[in-house]
Amino acid sequence: MAAELLMGNNAIALGAIRAGVKFVSGYPGTPSTEILETVAKRNPGDIHVEWSVNEKAALEAAAGAAYAGARALVTMKQVGMNVASDPLMSLAYVGVKGGLVIACADDPGPISSQTEQDTRTFAAFSKVPVFDPSSPEEAYEMIGDAFELSEKYGCPVFIRPTTRVCHGCASIDVSDEIKDCKPEGFIKDTKRWVIFPNASYNNHIKLEKRRETLGEELSDYKYNFITGDGKMGIAAGGISWANAMEAVTAADIDCKMLKISTPYPFPERLAVRFLEGLDKVLVLEELDPVIEKELVFLCGKYGLSTKIFGKLTGDTPCAGELTVEAAKASIAKFTGVDIPVAAAKTDMPKIPMRPPVLCAGCPHRASFYAVKQAMKGKKAVFSGDIGCYTLGNAMPLDMVDTCLCMGADITIAQGIHWIEPDTVNFAFIGDSTFFASGMTGVLNAVYNKCKIVIIVLDNSTTAMTGHQPHPGTGVTMMGENGTPADIPAVLRALGVGFVETVDPLDLKAAVDTVKRAADFGEIAAVVFKSPCIAVTKTDASLKVDSDKCVGCSRCVNEIGCPALTIKDKKAVIEPSLCTGCTLCSQLCPCNAIGRC
Amino acid sequence: MTDILITGVGGQGIVLASKLIARAAIDAGQHVRTSETIGMSQRGGCVVSHVRVGGVQSPMIPLGNADVIIGFEPAEAVRCLSYLKEGGAVIVAKKGVIPVTSSLGGGKYDPDEMIEYLKKNVDRLIVVDGDAICEQCGSAKVLNVALLGAAAAAGLPGISPDALEQAVASMVPAKFLEINKMAFALGMNTCK
Repeated sequence: MAAELLMGNNAIALGAIRAGVKFVSGYPGTPSTEILETVAKRNPGDIHVEWSVNEKAALEAAAGAAYAGARALVTMKQVGMNVASDPLMSLAYVGVKGGLVIACADDPGPISSQTEQDTRTFAAFSKVPVFDPSSPEEAYEMIGDAFELSEKYGCPVFIRPTTRVCHGCASIDVSDEIKDCKPEGFIKDTKRWVIFPNASYNNHIKLEKRRETLGEELSDYKYNFITGDGKMGIAAGGISWANAMEAVTAADIDCKMLKISTPYPFPERLAVRFLEGLDKVLVLEELDPVIEKELVFLCGKYGLSTKIFGKLTGDTPCAGELTVEAAKASIAKFTGVDIPVAAAKTDMPKIPMRPPVLCAGCPHRASFYAVKQAMKGKKAVFSGDIGCYTLGNAMPLDMVDTCLCMGADITIAQGIHWIEPDTVNFAFIGDSTFFASGMTGVLNAVYNKCKIVIIVLDNSTTAMTGHQPHPGTGVTMMGENGTPADIPAVLRALGVGFVETVDPLDLKAAVDTVKRAADFGEIAAVVFKSPCIAVTKTDASLKVDSDKCVGCSRCVNEIGCPALTIKDKKAVIEPSLCTGCTLCSQLCPCNAIGRC
Repeated sequence: MTDILITGVGGQGIVLASKLIARAAIDAGQHVRTSETIGMSQRGGCVVSHVRVGGVQSPMIPLGNADVIIGFEPAEAVRCLSYLKEGGAVIVAKKGVIPVTSSLGGGKYDPDEMIEYLKKNVDRLIVVDGDAICEQCGSAKVLNVALLGAAAAAGLPGISPDALEQAVASMVPAKFLEINKMAFALGMNTCK
């Protein structure tokens, strides 16, 4: 045992290893990514670890491992659960043999996500139990409890940390012991493993009974508990529990508190014991009003007159994070106790906005710019997708007209085409996203003879989530170097007639290729191949010859590179940022930018 | 209990800085919680790390609670100033990072104006010429350790300069250790 500074995601990984996990799959997504990476890094040697092509593949493969009796872990972010929901809904009915835990990270705020959806709601919807840790320490313990529960009841189980638990670090004593779990192997039993309507009817009854049984059992779970006393109560779960405790401690308020660590099945007996004798309860939670609705339901069921305050009554924020400040404000209003909150300063000078941007030297900037140049004066719509390249929406590129979900660029472009055939419809997709959910969309276009132009931004990595390998790299999480999947070959095999690969940093060739693709007359694809600057050795920075520079600002205004600024009416390149990509030098009208 | 807030721009090495402080505190037998910005903001956006030493519940520092703010960039230090407690210290790098929005005409950004504001509003302000230190060390990547050196010399409550230097030695890859040690020493010198 040694105290390690562990991120919540590291803690979940090490807790899973301790619990004897033998199969780990997932798809990268902030804030969940480091869970799987940590298992791979600390693999004792007998765990199969893989980045699957998407979340559906990850969950199905893990289900197979669990059918064969192994403990299996699947990792993803909340929107990944939407992709994995098809196998999840059925798996809840079929069940598992070895423990199967889905670590699905939610992102209140949202900080790096499309939605503020709540995996606790998904858990109730799919009838799958869920653990909700409020700290990395709890996450480390709960992942083991989740495996035990999964095996005891033969059902998949969720653990859903939120961003502040995933990316919060704490010093934790890590055990070296690993539970000895030897998989029994797959035992054929069609009644058990083949889902059929009549079996599902019976399984549905079992699921409802299990909810009651578990609600009772989890009322005694060590991380569901009541503290304090009084006529007023506060109920909270997840990171909101930590923030509520911080606020209550700071304000020195004495009240009855209920911590909910298993929002589904809800620990009913414990919650009723909490409600009894209380005049009113404030519920502090992020995303959906899950605990709040359960308490309102219990008050109705047991005829209690306790009033429940929270999101549904407008007493806590309905969206975004529940910060310590927000918790303090809600508690102050609820208790009538004046809780001082440090006011944000108001006399500040104007602070510049600093939205995230494509890095200096990012090949995506060149790709977007090439398409923009090729389509100058033409009617075109640019559908984008999820990844670093969503940042192509920022000025001055302004090259992302739509962004919905993984893979949707290719299919949305098709819908726009059928309604507006005189528009050139571009679909921008990254290499990892192409494999995750782009390929079926391409086939859909080919099959239905839809004329779109696909731009694959192949930077040889899953960049946004921190540079994970994918099928196009051939590298696996088991350390093998296989044959990389060939994107142009896949496009041709799917029936795309025009497929050309070009380096986007060669501006002239890139623009020319895009023009020919747009004029092709059928579905066409351009693969812009240039590695992410973070995974390759970059060139020496460029320099502006101030004698030649006329200060036209074309370089700054056209491409918005963070390494370029204007100082004293001349362009200046920040050498610590410039990667020598040469895009700016190719568009400088005065030939003023070159190697040092 | 000590709260240290580290703020700057994605890519400046903020996450490592917070890990170094946390390591030093853990080695001194203290409990630590931190909260990091990981994800989209790392692409040149605002990045804030919270480091909380001692028995706390939340990983996030409440407003008005930070003992120390380490600003890797003047505007980001100002943006986070509401976190500073009364009488708290700010260590800030002098050089501004001009955002693309500003270059494109979205409001002029003058880092010196931010430093002036900090001078007026912070009891204990230490401005570090991080650029000069980076130049001396021959790497733009040592700004984080240079600022930690300055913070260590200025006094991080509950964390000794020795413990911090030890953390640098144990966590920085061997290849870069010498220039980081140099940056730490030069950072400490700016406060002497």
